[in-house]
Amino acid sequence: MTPAAGAVGAAAERSEGVWHAAWRRFRTDRVGVVSAAVVIAFLLLILASWTGIVARDWQREVGVANAPPTFLGPRPPEAIGAIEVPAGPNVDLSDVDPLAPRYAEWEAAAQKYRTAETPKAETLPLGGDRLGRDVLAKAIKGTEISVFVGVLAAIVATTIGTVLGALSGFFGRRVGDFLEWLYNVFESIPGILLIFAFAAVFGRGIGTVVLILGFTGWTGLYRQVRAEFMKHGSREYVRAAEAIGASRTSRMFRHILPNVSHVILVRMSLLVVGFIKAEVILSYLGLGVGVEDVSWGTMLAEAQSELILGYWWQLAAATLFMAVFVTAFSLLADAVRDALDPKLRGLE
Amino acid sequence: MAAYLLRRLWQMVPTILGVVLLVFFLFKYFGGDPAEILGGLNATPEQIDAIRQQLGLDQPVWVQLGIYLKSVVTFDWGKSWATNESVANLFATRLPATLTVMLPILVLEALIALPIAMWVAYRRGSVADRTIMVVSTVALSISFLVYVIVGQYVFGFLLGWFPVQGWSDSVWTNLTTYAPLPVMLAVAVSLAPYTRLYRTFFLDELGHDYVRTARAKGLGENTVMFKHVLRNAMIPILTNIGLALPSVFVGSFLIEVFFSIPGLGREVLMAVNRSDYPVIQAIAVYLAVLTMLINLAVDLLFKLVDPRVQLK
Repeated sequence: MTPAAGAVGAAAERSEGVWHAAWRRFRTDRVGVVSAAVVIAFLLLILASWTGIVARDWQREVGVANAPPTFLGPRPPEAIGAIEVPAGPNVDLSDVDPLAPRYAEWEAAAQKYRTAETPKAETLPLGGDRLGRDVLAKAIKGTEISVFVGVLAAIVATTIGTVLGALSGFFGRRVGDFLEWLYNVFESIPGILLIFAFAAVFGRGIGTVVLILGFTGWTGLYRQVRAEFMKHGSREYVRAAEAIGASRTSRMFRHILPNVSHVILVRMSLLVVGFIKAEVILSYLGLGVGVEDVSWGTMLAEAQSELILGYWWQLAAATLFMAVFVTAFSLLADAVRDALDPKLRGLE
Repeated sequence: MAAYLLRRLWQMVPTILGVVLLVFFLFKYFGGDPAEILGGLNATPEQIDAIRQQLGLDQPVWVQLGIYLKSVVTFDWGKSWATNESVANLFATRLPATLTVMLPILVLEALIALPIAMWVAYRRGSVADRTIMVVSTVALSISFLVYVIVGQYVFGFLLGWFPVQGWSDSVWTNLTTYAPLPVMLAVAVSLAPYTRLYRTFFLDELGHDYVRTARAKGLGENTVMFKHVLRNAMIPILTNIGLALPSVFVGSFLIEVFFSIPGLGREVLMAVNRSDYPVIQAIAVYLAVLTMLINLAVDLLFKLVDPRVQLK
């Protein structure tokens, strides 16, 4: 083979793959690139918080109760109910004070115990909560938990939806009928009933929220994957794979699945957004993450009673973190969808 | 047509059976023990046993399932275990409150989102279009909770326009005093997703050939938009509203919890917390049937507005 023929052969072989083409389109999407940068920054923050580099001590009560944010300056002392120390000369009461003879004895007894004065900060970067915990650290830790729950629940729901949808769409007939029945049953039961029933089963905690959302949220994805598998099942490339003896599992997961994976990816990113929002609601209702954890939902739950007293910073911090992340993530999901499926660009 | 209707109705039977089985076993094996909840913290084991016997919880599982199935067939749900109120009466008294809040929400959402969506779709790609899309993306990313907390604080506490929460016996007072704040907040929250969705429907229609034809033969833009595009876009929009109908009946339990509205959604929440089987089972079956009937009605409506649709 001459070098020229080799070069021609290589050029013909390397037709652009779907992911490569998507990446080329994605890079030109400015909104998509910016939101990807924001999401990556958040992911780094989450990684730092998870490994304990930042916000490890979010539970420490570092400031005074409801410490205001630094840019507001410390609160005037009378607002926290501190009493001014009288400045005048001390009146000697020792001849009328019946406890006076024992003061020295108590002083000596008290010497045996070491006491340490912990200085409490008057202000914190983004303020403090009811117990004087740093709102910034709480918001970072809350971001970790909320995003973690959203992503993990989306993975659970996507796995269930993809496997069931693949089985239903590929095999059809009895299997398809049975899975359609299961889908109809899950769709017909009101969501709250399912969520509360599962919440009662598993008790409170991060794992529970993941399972609840995953077990109740797979139906939409199932429907879409099923439709895709039905469409692809009769395509030529699948028939060809069958002809050369590819097994059913291989055809389903090695041939069809990669061709519908972009649909699944887009759907899954929508699920993440939905589940992050659902976690907030569940945590507020006391069905979400436990009391020893913090999430955006538990922060908002605390914020409701604080707001009425004028302490708005916890509400603002949780809302801001959530709004920035979810907006960036939604825009990123839109950009990814547009890049993977240019026909849909700008439709939604 | 009649054959189609019969077949669709017949197909509902296995689904309802599935709902019955799932709800029954879910709460039976995983939910809280109703006898312990009803007995309270100080109940002795004998008292709990007595309650269990009284409720029939000591019967074999298949007998209990039989009782449930019988109540499904006869529509006689008995009485709530927690309050001894008959389930039928409970529904009849809680539903009006739910509808008082949910119907205005449904109507306002559609009436406000429709013109905005049509306008931004028509001016696709313009500054207005992009601004509205960005605003709705941001609005969508803020939790409903924040809207409620801030809304109650600003409009109820600071400005004092509406009571923070509450409910009365008079429908008129409810509509004018207690419902506006939750309705306003719920509409504000759902406006963004509905606008986005309806916009895609309009864009979809605007890309069709008939629009070009209509413009080519010299029709005015108003005629094209309102007589041609709007009518066609109404099909998916109406479908969408139809599919949202079942949730109107159970209401948004969130709204009802936040605003102390004595509606069905809040009742479901309490029933689940108390493991009140008769109420849970009744609501599950009612809603399942309602969902399926509305889906059927939407399909039939489809046929009515678009003769090309084949009912299979």
